[in-house]
Amino acid sequence: MSWLRLLRTAASPAAGGLVLAVLAGTGAAGAAVGLMAVSAWLISRAALHPPVLHLMVAIVAVRAFGLGRGVLRYAERLAGHDAALRVLGRLRARVFTRLAELAPAGLAGYRHADLAQRLAADVDAVLDMLTRVLLPYAVAALVGLGSVLLVGTYSPAAGLALAGGLLLVGAVVPVLQSRAARLADGRRAPLRAELAAGTVDLVHGLPDLLAYGADSGRIARLAESDAKLRRAEQRSSALAGVSAAITALATGMCLLVGLAAGAVAVRSGALSGELLAVIVLTPLAVFETAAVLPAAAQHFAAARASLRRLADVLSAPAPVSAPQAPVNVPDGPHTLRLEAVDAAWTPGRTVLHDVDLELRPGARVALVGPSGSGKSTVAALLVRFLDPTAGRVTLDGIDLRRIDPELLRQIVGYLPEDAYLFDTTIAANLRIARPDATDDELRAALAEARLLDWVGTLPDGLETLVGEHGRELSGGQRRRLALARALLRGFQVLILDEPTEHLDDENAAALLDDLLAAVGDRSVLVITHRTDIAARVDEVVDLNRLPATVPV
Amino acid sequence: MKPLDPRLLRYARGTRVYLAATVALGVVLAALIVAQATLLAHGITAVFLDGADVRTLTPTLIALATVVAGRAAVAWAQETVAVRSSAAVKSELRGRLLAHLVAVGPARGGDTGAVTTLITRGLDALDAYFARYLPQLVLAALVPAVVLARLLPADLTATMTIALTLPLIPIFMALVGLHTEAANHRQFRLLSRLSHHFLDVVAGLTTLKVFGRAGAQAATIRRISAEQRRLTMRTLRVAFLSSLVLELLATLSVALVAVGIGLRLVSGHLDLTTALLVLILAPEAYLPLRQVGAHYHASAEGLAAAEEAFAILETPVPARGAAPAPAGTIVFDDVVVRYRDRDALHLSATVEPGEIMALTGPSGCGKSTALDVLLGFVTPDHGRVTVGGVDLASVDPAAWRSTIAWVPQRPYLFAGSIRDNIALGRTPMHLPEPPTAFAHCFTGTVPDAPRPDVAAAARLAGAAGFIAGLPDGYDAALGDDGAGLSAGQRQRIALARAFLRDAPIVLLDEPTANLDTETAADVMAAIRRLAHGRTVIIAAHRPELIALADRIVDLAPQPVGAR
Repeated sequence: MSWLRLLRTAASPAAGGLVLAVLAGTGAAGAAVGLMAVSAWLISRAALHPPVLHLMVAIVAVRAFGLGRGVLRYAERLAGHDAALRVLGRLRARVFTRLAELAPAGLAGYRHADLAQRLAADVDAVLDMLTRVLLPYAVAALVGLGSVLLVGTYSPAAGLALAGGLLLVGAVVPVLQSRAARLADGRRAPLRAELAAGTVDLVHGLPDLLAYGADSGRIARLAESDAKLRRAEQRSSALAGVSAAITALATGMCLLVGLAAGAVAVRSGALSGELLAVIVLTPLAVFETAAVLPAAAQHFAAARASLRRLADVLSAPAPVSAPQAPVNVPDGPHTLRLEAVDAAWTPGRTVLHDVDLELRPGARVALVGPSGSGKSTVAALLVRFLDPTAGRVTLDGIDLRRIDPELLRQIVGYLPEDAYLFDTTIAANLRIARPDATDDELRAALAEARLLDWVGTLPDGLETLVGEHGRELSGGQRRRLALARALLRGFQVLILDEPTEHLDDENAAALLDDLLAAVGDRSVLVITHRTDIAARVDEVVDLNRLPATVPV
Repeated sequence: MKPLDPRLLRYARGTRVYLAATVALGVVLAALIVAQATLLAHGITAVFLDGADVRTLTPTLIALATVVAGRAAVAWAQETVAVRSSAAVKSELRGRLLAHLVAVGPARGGDTGAVTTLITRGLDALDAYFARYLPQLVLAALVPAVVLARLLPADLTATMTIALTLPLIPIFMALVGLHTEAANHRQFRLLSRLSHHFLDVVAGLTTLKVFGRAGAQAATIRRISAEQRRLTMRTLRVAFLSSLVLELLATLSVALVAVGIGLRLVSGHLDLTTALLVLILAPEAYLPLRQVGAHYHASAEGLAAAEEAFAILETPVPARGAAPAPAGTIVFDDVVVRYRDRDALHLSATVEPGEIMALTGPSGCGKSTALDVLLGFVTPDHGRVTVGGVDLASVDPAAWRSTIAWVPQRPYLFAGSIRDNIALGRTPMHLPEPPTAFAHCFTGTVPDAPRPDVAAAARLAGAAGFIAGLPDGYDAALGDDGAGLSAGQRQRIALARAFLRDAPIVLLDEPTANLDTETAADVMAAIRRLAHGRTVIIAAHRPELIALADRIVDLAPQPVGAR
């Protein structure tokens, strides 16, 4: 899907508001041009000392234009923003729905949280595209066309000059500008990267640098990178001014052509003298409207890049699809099984090869192996975030591909390493699992996760805010809260992915014991690289030491 | 909001030069605007009333072409000067920021990510501030003044009309602004919460899916977006009022002036040239003021970035002594470090030269803080540390640190080769602050340890084996904070650093945490070699580390806390 189609489909319901905004904007800019044109005529006419009555219409028009411009501009901005915000809301919901279908396997390219965030920010670009790019261009095009016709009727040469000048400002200058910007960016990008890497090293490695007395050497090196960047930026300064100069020249050229052509026309009688000022001075007001175009064009490139990224995501293929006729799953207890499974997040890059694994009812199995051996991929397969490329995954003997994924995820729960906490209260984070849970049920889940005592000490209790990404909580508290949430949901099978990562030994051991105590008689798969897990589980499956099969 | 933060002039001298250049260019531009209007008024009158043909008009046309060329040149110069100045100002601020960060040291706290973003990309917000907002501000002051000066001798009535309405614009905008600012502020806070919600649910998408809540969230997003639109529009209806006032006043004034001169022209109180001059110049008087408003965002963002930079530059630099590095018995004399209203460290201890002391206790009891105090990264809130009877506060920290080899819990690995990273211990210590012009002379100084030394240190640290296995050996480039190396490998590179430094005092911060048993044993062997014949202080958790010590100090709070 192209970004243009994406924009069209998203904007179509708000088309009425957008048209209204364009009309109001055209009226406002038209009033500015009209004010200048009619005033010029009024003054020229007045110089011939006619009865004042003959000027009344022009006088009223001038005053009306004077009033209308501000009012219409206000209307344009309100209508434009209202329409753009409607489009934004629709696009957000649409992108979110799509992301929910794709996550997490379909977003393999976006697995880093930052990238998901950037995607979310990309949606906001639609506001810029509508209010800062399309609206000014539509208004300038309409007013420009009207002005060219007005001036051209009296003096074709002046009309042509105006058309040429407007094209220069609206089309040529933006192209030059983006070329210049690209050239400058191309020069600056490697230098910026160098400076950024050096800065990150300095800021994050400062203790090491100070302890080893290496700070001044680092600063000197950074000063060198910085000087190179400054010189590169200053070298591109001459280009930056070219666009502004061309805009000034275009306006001036229209004035010159208008005066010269007007003089010839008046002399030959083709043009009435009192219209000369109209032809010469109208372009002054028109170019004031057109002056916003180069800036609008700059927003265009950025907004288009954002919309393109969105269009790419929206047209990405879904990694798993719900079955047409889902098979019913018998009531528990359940057995999950991997049978000779191969899996890959991106086609052709197999991370699991010929893996067998069985998780019987009530079993406690640890899946160990070094990082990169595909432990988390096993978890993704079991909750069907991903389908195997060979072999099959079954629940009670039924291939997961024949089960409704929503139903599967009611049975099998997954607690990822970076279990996400939303920027809201403890209670609201828990109710993600069960919106209708009572406070007592929340407390029971917290007690199981050994977090209730701590929550009890908080002045706001369950209503305590956890902060962005749960940053108000310690690492252990975050894990326990995420565990409480999983327990509240009542999964019959629970997959715990690196539950103790980034905790110190003591906290890790305590958490692990509490985790296993809390899950009770549910089946548990613990994914870990810790070797001290063996004593706590029934079975250890080592992804590295799986029986090697002979590849075909 | 102040249009120009005076601190910008103080911290970035480039700003003064730029302001001077902008004012000079503004004066020239205003003169050209007046000249252009005068020439147009004369030209039109000559053709219309005096019947001039193109030939008699030629001098006017040539003069007009010159003025146009002049305006283009000024426009070019304005942009060019703005880009050059902005580059110079950013560079100056970056230099000061980096130097200040080093001077303040690691104790500054705060968000390192935000600092990095500010230095690398955040300061770019100043580009638009310098290129758009500041010049417009200068023009808004200069152009009306020059235009009015030109109109005054030509037509008093029009001059008075403009002179009286012009100040109304800032006054009314200020009034509207005052009335709406508080309300806007509240609503913008609410709005940013709503936008944040979308980011939050996208980031937590996998979790929502696990709990089957993704579908319900789509409806919430729709509802919240509608709410956001309603609130935004309410804010905008008021926010756009100020620009409505501005446009109304400016355009209506021009319309009134135009009608006024038209009527006086009819009655013969005015000639056409003057009338045209007024008509052309009147909008020019209002234009810069109107455009200042349009660049409000450029201003706000630029000043916000500058404000962030100033906040860092104004963090006080801790006082430091100048005495040479002492040697001898290290005494923690009732040292207390407070953090968030509680004692993060409370320590009294003595370490004799050649002794190994282990600091033990649960996490969070201040083991690392004790090492930070000794390194001079943290200043005690109470008590003092003496070495050989000399208070550390009076000692030059760089000189003191040159007697220490430190192996942190998570050593930082710099972009560069493994050799450079190990040779960090061999950097010349007392480099004078290099003058910028000679900065290039100092770039080669960082790691210049001879090859055998580095290899020997790596062998002693037990790192030689895995380094030899890397494709480029000691020249292997480390990416992004040593990406690709395991915790054990990082630890051994840090130990190699310490061996190469060959300092009498060694500080080890949980060097075997996060290591598996096998790797931990290798690292332990290296630590034993390193400890030999030196004064060693270890923040220790594991029993085999504690067993190494001659003296054990338990930092656990008394009585033992809940955690």
